[in-house]
Amino acid sequence: MSNHLVIAPVLLPFLAGVVLLALRALPLPTQRVIAAIATLGQIVLAALLLNAVSGGDILVYELGNWPAPWGIVLVADRLAAWMVLTTALLALFALLYASGGSDGSGRHFHVLFQMQLFGLSGAFLTGDLFNLFVFFEILLIASYGLLLHGGGARRVRAGMHYVVLNLLGSTLFLFAAGLFYGVLGTLNFADLAVKIAATPPENLGLVRAAGLMLFGVFALKAALLPLHLWLPAAYAAAAAPVVALFAIMTKVGAYAILRTHTLLFGAEAGPLADLFLPWLLPAALATLALGMLGVLAATRLAQQAAYLVVASVGTLLIAFGLGSNDGIAAGLYYLPHSTFAAASLFLLGDAIARRRGASADFFKTADDIPRAGLWGGLFFMSAVLLAGLPPLSGFLGKFMILRAALAHPMLPWVWGVVLATALLGLIALARSGSLLFFRSHPGKTVAATPFSPMRHELVPIIGLLALAIGLTIWAGPASDFARAAAVQLLQPAAYIGTVLGGAR
Amino acid sequence: MEALLALSIGVLTACGVYLVLRARSFAVVLGLTFLSYAVNLFLFAMGRLAIGQPPVIGAAATHADPLPQALVLTAIVIGFAMTAFVIMLALKSRAELGNDHVDGRGEA
Repeated sequence: MSNHLVIAPVLLPFLAGVVLLALRALPLPTQRVIAAIATLGQIVLAALLLNAVSGGDILVYELGNWPAPWGIVLVADRLAAWMVLTTALLALFALLYASGGSDGSGRHFHVLFQMQLFGLSGAFLTGDLFNLFVFFEILLIASYGLLLHGGGARRVRAGMHYVVLNLLGSTLFLFAAGLFYGVLGTLNFADLAVKIAATPPENLGLVRAAGLMLFGVFALKAALLPLHLWLPAAYAAAAAPVVALFAIMTKVGAYAILRTHTLLFGAEAGPLADLFLPWLLPAALATLALGMLGVLAATRLAQQAAYLVVASVGTLLIAFGLGSNDGIAAGLYYLPHSTFAAASLFLLGDAIARRRGASADFFKTADDIPRAGLWGGLFFMSAVLLAGLPPLSGFLGKFMILRAALAHPMLPWVWGVVLATALLGLIALARSGSLLFFRSHPGKTVAATPFSPMRHELVPIIGLLALAIGLTIWAGPASDFARAAAVQLLQPAAYIGTVLGGAR
Repeated sequence: MEALLALSIGVLTACGVYLVLRARSFAVVLGLTFLSYAVNLFLFAMGRLAIGQPPVIGAAATHADPLPQALVLTAIVIGFAMTAFVIMLALKSRAELGNDHVDGRGEA
């Protein structure tokens, strides 16, 4: 039964988390080994899953063997497997970086980390709305703990805002889910898709309200304008490996928008078709513009990286907001790229900050850091990726988005905003690079401080950059896969048929 | 009964929204609690209001929908854990920042 493969990426981090909780008395190195083995296993499972769905099959796992509209189902299609694999790869490098020592600055880091992975994989694989809520809660609870990891006034202040905002989001999510159930009598995505398309006219208003509430919730998770204000503070305050993992968190919101947009409110939803589209593209354009202004105004590298995450969500949702096959495919190619690149910049920022002593990662003149050439080179590569310069994957992703926009009526806006912000990003990153590496007190090097062994920092950073370069070298297969995933998303009939058991 | 329930949900939500917008963390926590009560009642009502009917098909002429009850249970459990967490966070924030303003600013 290859179908058990669908639940495996959900179960493995959960079990690993429980095991780590039971063994929390063990010394940290042992915990690190267990966590690393579990995360490696997660990558293997995600790769197997990706392989299993790459032919276009949609795998359905019915928990307790209850058939679909009544029982709980997990569904793996190309999009879900793509997201799970991206998460697992990112998690491995975040974990490696944390194992350099920052996992010891608070309690239960590894348990929370695995629980976060559990929530993330579940959110990508679940086939019904209420379990999406439950997995969102799981990943949020874990993220609250991780955000506060290490403590300190700044984290507590940012954490308070983050937690309260997300609790409000969860409440809104429940209202939307309740409304869907009250009006349509189901929460299963496939069943909802069928019932939404056949909504009687007197209920259209209610369903539209529920759908837009859902969009609001996902926009909050994705940090879409104007719901992005929590992100820069929270991301700039948290510990580096945690933020590196959080690089995928906004993408969960983007994933949920894409999934509900194509499946529930796609072209076949009758009067409710394309419910999100009038909101999505303008909001995404504004998010990108504002995020890039934030990048320009940032005073610290961590803050700058956080605003780059806002900008990349804007870019991603522009691609999804085009609503076309090409747009979604471009977005799906851009998604792992932006995740890996942003994570590498967060880790780099932390490594650089540790070497600059009191100046940390503030953009001001300080003493030379040891081995500035190496760190500067890595920063340069990360910046090239994030600014979207050729020849790396950022350029390819943006190019695909620009090309997909050619046929869209909002072409001037998309091109104008994407190209102008690319220039702004280039200027901002060039400025921060020169401030951090070139404008130093000549001849003075920061006094040697006890660093953690450098390989603990270099391996994850280089690994993440290598993943992005891999995306560049194998851009052909990756974009083919993204295109196939987009085609699959825009033809939800296969998904609905498989889940509702037409095939069985 | 419908009007009473709808009114309670509305009043709870309104109070919750008002309190969440306050500047002190205690009021915000209370507001979140009110909101979670409101949403629990709302979820419950989405299974339609019925009295004295078994949640089993075939045991009586009509039946109550058991699914919203399951949803509410899940939501209550999650809401309870979240409230506990946010209270601890508010206390920690009070201890670390020296005041209970949500932005950590002193007198404002």
